[in-house]
Amino acid sequence: MIELLEQYGLAYLYSDGAGFSGLAMTLWLFIITTVLGFFLSLPLALARVSRRLWLRWPVEFYTYVFRGTPLYIQLLICYTGLYGLEVVRDNALLDSFFRNALNCTLLAFVLNTCAYTVEIFAGAIRNIPHGEIEAAQAYGLYGWRLNLFVVLPAALRRALPAYSNELILMLHATSLAFTATIADILKVARDANAATFLTFQAFGVAALLYMLLSFALVGLFRLAERRWMRFLVPVRG
Amino acid sequence: MTLSAHALSSHNEQLPEPFPMARHASIANTAAVKLTVEDLHKHYGDHQVLKGVSLQARKGDVISLIGASGSGKSTMLRCINFLEQPDAGAITLDGQTIEMRQGRAGVRAPHPAQLQNLRTRLAMVFQHFNLWSHMTVLENICLAPRRVLGVSAQDAEARARAYLDKVGLPSRAADQYPAFLSGGQQQRVAIARALAMEPEIILFDEPTSALDPELVGEVLKVIQTLAEEGRTMLMVTHEMGFARKVSSQVLFLHQGRVEEQGSAAILDHPQSERLQQFLSNRLK
Amino acid sequence: MNDFLHSIGLQALSLQGFGPLLAQGAWMTLKLALLSLALSLSLGLIGACAKCSPLRVLRVPATLYTTLIRSVPDLVLILLIFYTLQLWLNDFTEMLGWNYIEIDPFMAGVITLGFIYGAYFTENFRGAILSVPAGQLEAAKAYGLNRTQRFRLVLFPQLMRFALPGLGNNWLVLLKSTALVSIIGLADLVKAAQNAGKTTNNTLYFLILAALVYLVITTLSNRLFKRLERRYNTGIKGLAS
Repeated sequence: MIELLEQYGLAYLYSDGAGFSGLAMTLWLFIITTVLGFFLSLPLALARVSRRLWLRWPVEFYTYVFRGTPLYIQLLICYTGLYGLEVVRDNALLDSFFRNALNCTLLAFVLNTCAYTVEIFAGAIRNIPHGEIEAAQAYGLYGWRLNLFVVLPAALRRALPAYSNELILMLHATSLAFTATIADILKVARDANAATFLTFQAFGVAALLYMLLSFALVGLFRLAERRWMRFLVPVRG
Repeated sequence: MTLSAHALSSHNEQLPEPFPMARHASIANTAAVKLTVEDLHKHYGDHQVLKGVSLQARKGDVISLIGASGSGKSTMLRCINFLEQPDAGAITLDGQTIEMRQGRAGVRAPHPAQLQNLRTRLAMVFQHFNLWSHMTVLENICLAPRRVLGVSAQDAEARARAYLDKVGLPSRAADQYPAFLSGGQQQRVAIARALAMEPEIILFDEPTSALDPELVGEVLKVIQTLAEEGRTMLMVTHEMGFARKVSSQVLFLHQGRVEEQGSAAILDHPQSERLQQFLSNRLK
Repeated sequence: MNDFLHSIGLQALSLQGFGPLLAQGAWMTLKLALLSLALSLSLGLIGACAKCSPLRVLRVPATLYTTLIRSVPDLVLILLIFYTLQLWLNDFTEMLGWNYIEIDPFMAGVITLGFIYGAYFTENFRGAILSVPAGQLEAAKAYGLNRTQRFRLVLFPQLMRFALPGLGNNWLVLLKSTALVSIIGLADLVKAAQNAGKTTNNTLYFLILAALVYLVITTLSNRLFKRLERRYNTGIKGLAS
């Protein structure tokens, strides 16, 4: 065990000598995915609840497909599938994008988490009491102002518990990155296992790291819920 | 239908001690004692809810437990059939005291077989009805007679229909789900469910507190009929007028103790200052 | 654009002889998902009862089980359990001087997925048990129903109402995570699609085909669960005899 940690401890945490690896890589994947997914999902969530069919329908189709199929297949499509197309290889821009494993991985992750997040936010928007929106309209808020100042803040707070759940699942899903040769925690564990045959220890360390990350994330969300969801807790007399 | 409501009530009229006598006899008559509750104690955390309460019910007694909320009256009733485990005290039914043992988790628990026996002889009517929401009215009433008493399906159904009739519900109500009935109807179903066990004592835990005011009357009427039949009943209630009308004994609880106790007359002539205060607050 | 149509549209619209392989893969995936579901549902019910028990000896291990399993990615657990089981078995057979036994990857997959998702179903059922109003069980107690009767006649039919939405969701997560077993070498749908893709040099087409199979299963499951939920929520039809 000590031998394993001496040899692979640094790789598990942040560097395997060739670049970022392990915990650092996993965190980086997670943060980029989350941030991009979050901002992409806001307009899409508004489109998802729009009364206009041409706005709503494509988003509905997108979330239906990405939530109905495994992330692993989505990743394989991005990583090996698309690059098999001549159109992609012949286009210089597409070629350079899809040749990079990290780009493919991030693309799959972002599209996937965004689909789930859109549904979570759209559900929260539908659950805003109608009176709140009516009141805003009565005070002269329309269009993007209404969305930006009333609808989204109200929805995001209400969506916090479901969203925190999705983020933890997304953190776990980043472990798929190793199948695209990204040096995340699980890839280091696999390498360590192949080199030392200390299978239980090698994967055990990885499990422990993911566990710590999950607990940290849960803790952060507890704090966030205490801060931003206070308004939903009834005041006790 | 093998049983009619009429047959049931005439059976009850043959009880040795009809209701009017029970009402006035306040000297203990050991031969007819049905249930004795002695020195119950119960605490939740630091809060002592019951600080030693006792009562004695003779056959045909209607005993009302009254008091402010938090006085322990509901807890006392729930301790009698061990929905709450009393910390100390004894429950005696027909001369047999429920034996207390060290339970598995180190808690004092009643002897399982005796508890089972007690619960089949004491039926309870709850404040919030607690009808099983996934079963029809008929299934609600038949469940315990069939599964606990081992009554055949046909007999249980006949019983159920007879008691539904007795509590004044039309037979078409039998196939309804509780959620589709009014509160008053649900509580009457709950009373029919209790009666179908043919219990020796019925416990009522604030049977009308969860009802809209206009529905209280229909439930009280049913309970009054039962009282007049000479059934033994213990009742936690906030309906002072009703308690005065039907009770043979009234217990006034205050902060976990029996503050005053006597015939229904104590409601007109309270002795203790606390009861006077309680009753005058009620009138406001 | 012609190339594009050529590569995914026209030439590839046939299965190019890979139909049986894909069908086998799809059947393997479905079998794996359903058997894991059965195992994880049982574990979930047992776990939830243990978690709601007043006894510490039951509550503590059940809590550990759900907390630990749910805080680690399923893929990490699949690799950890699958490879470690084999190694421990090797040590064991060596110690006894037996022949080398290779764990059947299919059974290992079922056990691993069942064990992991059992933790999620435990939380699912526990939440449902807590949602059943206390009065429902209290009434059952007061009328002398014993422990088994209270569970079978009152608690279970009622908790299913509250559990169903979560059950549907967890089933979909479980179904989608079956795609991961190809990583431990099972010949499932994904593996079949990858093999067909490699041979025909048309990976994208076969991957999309595999995705479509999943999409059909998830869509049908969604319909089924919606129907079940509607049935239990309206209270129009009871569950007990």
